[in-house]
Amino acid sequence: MANDKSSIQLVTRGILSENPIFKLALSMCPAVGISTTVMNGIMLGIAVLFVQVFSSVTISIFKNMIHPRIRIPTYTLTIATWVTVIDLVLAAYMPEAYAKMGIFVKLIVAFAIITMRLEMFACKEPVKDSFWDGIGMGLGFMVGMMAIGFIRELLGSGAILGHDVLGFKPLLFFILPSAGFFVVGLMMAFFNWIEVYYKRTKGLQ
Amino acid sequence: MVFAKTKSLLLTLLFLLAPLCVSAETLVVEQSFNGDHEIQATFATAADKAVAEDISRYTVFEEQDPDIRLTITSAKLGADGKNVSLHFADPLNTANTHVVAMKGSGEAEQTLFKVSKSYLGYLFGIFISALLINNFVFTKYLGLCVFFGTSKKKSTAKGMGVVFTLVMVVSAIMSWFFYQFILIPYDLNFLQIVVFIGLVSLTVQAVDTILRKVNPILFNSFGVFLVLVIANCVIIAVPLIVANNNYNFFETLMLALGAGGGFLLALYLMSAVSERLQLANIPPTFKGLPIAFIVAGQFAMAFLGFSGLQVF
Repeated sequence: MANDKSSIQLVTRGILSENPIFKLALSMCPAVGISTTVMNGIMLGIAVLFVQVFSSVTISIFKNMIHPRIRIPTYTLTIATWVTVIDLVLAAYMPEAYAKMGIFVKLIVAFAIITMRLEMFACKEPVKDSFWDGIGMGLGFMVGMMAIGFIRELLGSGAILGHDVLGFKPLLFFILPSAGFFVVGLMMAFFNWIEVYYKRTKGLQ
Repeated sequence: MVFAKTKSLLLTLLFLLAPLCVSAETLVVEQSFNGDHEIQATFATAADKAVAEDISRYTVFEEQDPDIRLTITSAKLGADGKNVSLHFADPLNTANTHVVAMKGSGEAEQTLFKVSKSYLGYLFGIFISALLINNFVFTKYLGLCVFFGTSKKKSTAKGMGVVFTLVMVVSAIMSWFFYQFILIPYDLNFLQIVVFIGLVSLTVQAVDTILRKVNPILFNSFGVFLVLVIANCVIIAVPLIVANNNYNFFETLMLALGAGGGFLLALYLMSAVSERLQLANIPPTFKGLPIAFIVAGQFAMAFLGFSGLQVF
């Protein structure tokens, strides 16, 4: 078993080929809702990363004790427990960031991506692989959130991570809530276009 | 039967609201907002003109922020000496309860009275707000997975919306009881998420079982959607918002109804567009989700127009 190689593969798979936001199109709500700045993306990304890794590992440890018929409620309760932990930790140590993210931290409990990874991966694979898969998915989510946040923050307020970069505000529209839909839609179209373009050039050669 | 139910519900409602109507102070018989800049009050007896028109005797503030005093420009006494109208420099936010404190002519005696819009209007405001102004899909971005997944056909959208509304109302009411009578008294607030998600799953299971027995035809058309409802952020969001704002029972009911109705509305609008999109000539890179997102963005922009909407 080439464990080192597979762990890297698992992580990169989560970030690139199975990116939760752009490829699997799951957990869209926060991607649209609070991706107004890069910082928000990083914070929620970290929260999701922790919840994903902890629940993946928990389920993977106990996978042989869970009766298949009650597996979904078990997953839900496991995720809910870890979300509660993360929620309390964030509220205690990062009150400002917590206030910005509002209800979305608690809503991690309903993220389809976490349940899906538990169902598809953690309940079958060993603990170590589940850990890396969780890291990959969490990072993939974080990267997606940061990418959307980067575009919206740069175009909306001319800043990155709160530092003024452009010196002017190109399009205030991108800070507005509805712009989230447009940015995500256009980015998806962009990735599709790259794929189509790549296939076309490959086919020609 | 339905009529009797509605009637008894209304009676309960009236009974519960009755204390609110008779709670006015003895000195001030009636008080109300008059437009954006004015509060009107009617005294039980005629007041002294010099005292009643002295604006330094009045202090007015919103109930939530007692430290922010509102500036009064003038106070006018009516011809009969009973009506006084206070004019304000800035427009009042009539959605909030305002407290008016008056110093009487005698010693330091002070009369407080509260001005607010009618409670039913306030409840209706919560409903309209959840339905249109803060639409859960277009303004709060909740339930997007289901929203994009099931808004392909109008019939599916309708079924889904109705099931969601049903589950939302039932689970919100159950969560409210749990929150008020178990979580708060025993100081178990931190268990919110675990309890609420459990209750939502339970509601879905219950609706599934009951519907299967009571109305098999309805179950056959809705049953497929029920599985999708179990862990959805739009449903779990309602109890969380209720717990955050410490809503009472009727407010909870209105929020759940509004949120469910808003979801139904959003699904229906989107499915209507989706049906047309299938016939349209879309660039291949935009096919599927990207174009759905852009359409949703346009809806969200349209829904921005509802912000600032005030009923009553």
